Amino acid sequence: MAKAANIKTLKIDGRDVSARQNETILEVARENGIFIPTLCTLKGLSNVGACRLCLVEVKGTARLQPACVTRVEEAMEVTTNSERLQGYRRAILELLFTERNHVCAVCVSNGHCELQSLAQKLEITHVHFAYRYPEAEVDASHERFIVDHNRCILCTRCVRVCEEIEGAHTWDVMGRGIDAKVITDLNEPWGSSQTCTGCGKCVHVCPTGALSEKGKSVAEMLKRRQFLPYLTQMREEDRS
Amino acid sequence: MSKLRMATVWLDGCSGCHMSFLDLDERLLLIAEKVDLVYSPLVDVKEFPLDVDLTLVEGAVSSEDDLHKIRMVRERTKTLVSLGDCAVTSNVPGMRNPFPLQAIYDRAYKENVTLDPQIPGEMVPPLLAKSRPVHEFVTVDVFIPGCPPSADTIFYALSELLEGRMPELSAKTRFGA
Repeated sequence: MAKAANIKTLKIDGRDVSARQNETILEVARENGIFIPTLCTLKGLSNVGACRLCLVEVKGTARLQPACVTRVEEAMEVTTNSERLQGYRRAILELLFTERNHVCAVCVSNGHCELQSLAQKLEITHVHFAYRYPEAEVDASHERFIVDHNRCILCTRCVRVCEEIEGAHTWDVMGRGIDAKVITDLNEPWGSSQTCTGCGKCVHVCPTGALSEKGKSVAEMLKRRQFLPYLTQMREEDRS
Repeated sequence: MSKLRMATVWLDGCSGCHMSFLDLDERLLLIAEKVDLVYSPLVDVKEFPLDVDLTLVEGAVSSEDDLHKIRMVRERTKTLVSLGDCAVTSNVPGMRNPFPLQAIYDRAYKENVTLDPQIPGEMVPPLLAKSRPVHEFVTVDVFIPGCPPSADTIFYALSELLEGRMPELSAKTRFGA
């Protein structure tokens, strides 16, 4: 079959765009410089649609679709930035701030945090919901890394990078709803994990200060993620 | 032209926002041309006056005294500004919130005290169960996040407010800035 047949054409925010048939709405939007906010998606990892920030409107369906896991279709009409969507996105971010204890001023990731910078980009100057102030643990048992559950947004990037790239599957999610949390092994201290290789990829894909290197003070934790797409690419080439 | 009546209030914060305000340096003279500072920890007025046009609040609401003050300030102020992360999010004062109040009192007044440890019943206002942002108690008109907001941010916000405009702050500052 000719390759040209695999091209789809659609409209995003009124603009005519074309896409390869297996692309997601998010990928096509980004290729065309159309901004859709995200927190859980990361190039090089699988997409899970966990954060719901990338929800978009698709003409002909009443339900909002997560752009990171929705494939393009011929003649689709997508709206990425209606007032309704902006309202939902701000509400989602505000709820993330209330759910745990994100005290930006004393965070290792202050100034380098995706949650913080996205809040600013979406013009959030305060939170309309009541803060929960839950009691959350800090596990500093690992020799080199710390997990601070106060700052976790459950994006599961750590879970995915550990399973998909490192192949260790040290991280997973335990509990449901408001009680959900990321765990190492069978909810054991990170420091005594039998599976953790100490590679540190989880730390560097974490969008907030939830995972950090020991010895970093306020605003000192810079994350390096540029390695990820290359690792994924190398593995795919190995398999083929 | 009559000057605008301005006040600043210090609740549960470290005074860093007031220090940042003082960092306006010579720009304070430009502000002073347009306002009378009728109440502030920086001046010697004891009672919060009536009919204040603009009040900047630093700090979270953490004690019964803070709560009493902020309600009175709100009643007597036209435009109320939450200045800094403690007022806007409860920030560092709020870090005690996951713990029960009794544990906080014990930690502060008993566990770390060697001579006659006791929880004060007079002179010190009782703490509220949680330290909370100002807008959870009273209506706030303008939010200036930042720890502290920079002098440039405060100057921009004040300049706009003094001209009767609402400042657009999200481009200038953020939580933790």
